[in-house]
Amino acid sequence: MPDGNGGERKIFRNMRTIEVSEITKNIKEMCIEANHFLSEDMEKVLDRAAEQEESPLGRQILEQLQENRKIAGEDMIPICQDTGMVVIFLEAGQEVHFVGGDLEAAVNEGVLQGYQEGFLRKSVVKDPIQRENTGDNTPAVLHCRIVPGDKVKITVAPKGFGSENMSRVFMLKPADGIEGVKNAILTAVKDAGPNACPPMVVGVGIGGTFEKCALMAKHALTRPVDRRSETPYVREMEEELLAKINASGIGPGGLGGSVTALAVNIETYPTHIAGLPVAVNICCHVNRHSTREL
Amino acid sequence: MDKYISVPLSDEDARSLRAGDYVYLTGTIYTARDAAHKRMQETLEAGGKLPVDMKNNVIYYMGPSPAREGCPIGSAGPTTASRMDKYAPGLLDLGLKGMIGKGKRSQAVKDAVVRNGAVYFAAVGGAGALLSKAIVKSEVIAYDDLGTEAIRRLEVENFPVIVVNDCQGNDLYETAIRAYNREG
Repeated sequence: MPDGNGGERKIFRNMRTIEVSEITKNIKEMCIEANHFLSEDMEKVLDRAAEQEESPLGRQILEQLQENRKIAGEDMIPICQDTGMVVIFLEAGQEVHFVGGDLEAAVNEGVLQGYQEGFLRKSVVKDPIQRENTGDNTPAVLHCRIVPGDKVKITVAPKGFGSENMSRVFMLKPADGIEGVKNAILTAVKDAGPNACPPMVVGVGIGGTFEKCALMAKHALTRPVDRRSETPYVREMEEELLAKINASGIGPGGLGGSVTALAVNIETYPTHIAGLPVAVNICCHVNRHSTREL
Repeated sequence: MDKYISVPLSDEDARSLRAGDYVYLTGTIYTARDAAHKRMQETLEAGGKLPVDMKNNVIYYMGPSPAREGCPIGSAGPTTASRMDKYAPGLLDLGLKGMIGKGKRSQAVKDAVVRNGAVYFAAVGGAGALLSKAIVKSEVIAYDDLGTEAIRRLEVENFPVIVVNDCQGNDLYETAIRAYNREG
């Protein structure tokens, strides 16, 4: 087959074919699922928090959140009315051939169907300045990666903006070192305080470039909250920062207490000799994500 | 201390509330968030009349998810109040007695709360399914075109809130967090 540049384009017959309508269907279901049910690791850590919280008011709030999740699942009422802007991580195996339409359009169709059929709030405006609601919660923010293999892994993570608004990027200097990084993270968390609906999950990206660290911080929020980093110094940092955040006194709902964060998840990446970028993406206790592999 | 209070909020009740009180509200409240506040502000600047008389009323900073059949409303928890800080003092000076939201307020809002004998309540953020059970009726009364951001009249029964800022200038976010702070 001619490739349009005067050469021949080869057709590989052993590619795995996936209809984009499959992507639409799965994303629709995952949008509804993520907004009504938290992952098992989140449930577990929130239940433990309700037992461990020292403040009576804090415990009462954590018990209300347990009751809230129960009602959400039983009556199919979203856990939070802010059903978010939909962030999607899509990892496509390089041996996959998508057919039947435009992949990105299929993703957005899944979001549209999920938000309509699932009685989810439409929270997206078409233009950041003119601010007219798109009426169907599209478009999603889609991050695609090509990876080896013939599978497609999709993570749907609806992100609420109470906590998103409190997130930060710091372009530190190499001389600021690990202490500078820790201070930046603690500053972001303390500034967020009651606004970010604590107990929160703190996603951190260290290294890379301006946008890479922000993307890592977002991705870090999708890691199970009971799984620590495999890099020893990063794991230590995660544990130390969690203890420091919980000593701040912010507590559940920001109304005082010993459980302010449920986890600090850090991702790192190589960076430039001149830089030390740090991004802190804060998520409320409704840290929603649903993952499927096709 | 647990208190059961009816809304609209009388001057006397508003002045009696103290930071830290756990309050159950029953009666009528109104929703308004970013876009509705902007429109109310523009209406006032143009010399117009607000769709809701502020006097002794309570505004809930909330935009619900759509209601399923047979339910008065969908998920209905508070949004971050600080985004309304620009507009709140003007509305308090027009008689607004209470605000329900989550998160800290500016000094200008706290001053307006003191000046007008008003109150700022927090509802539990991220508990929208639970809070929806305390709302028995919901009706859009203005700015229908704003969708979830329209102004709604809500009938609530024992709607649970916590007093954060009271008419004496107390701020629960400051005092409660200090009480549990363990940084050397």
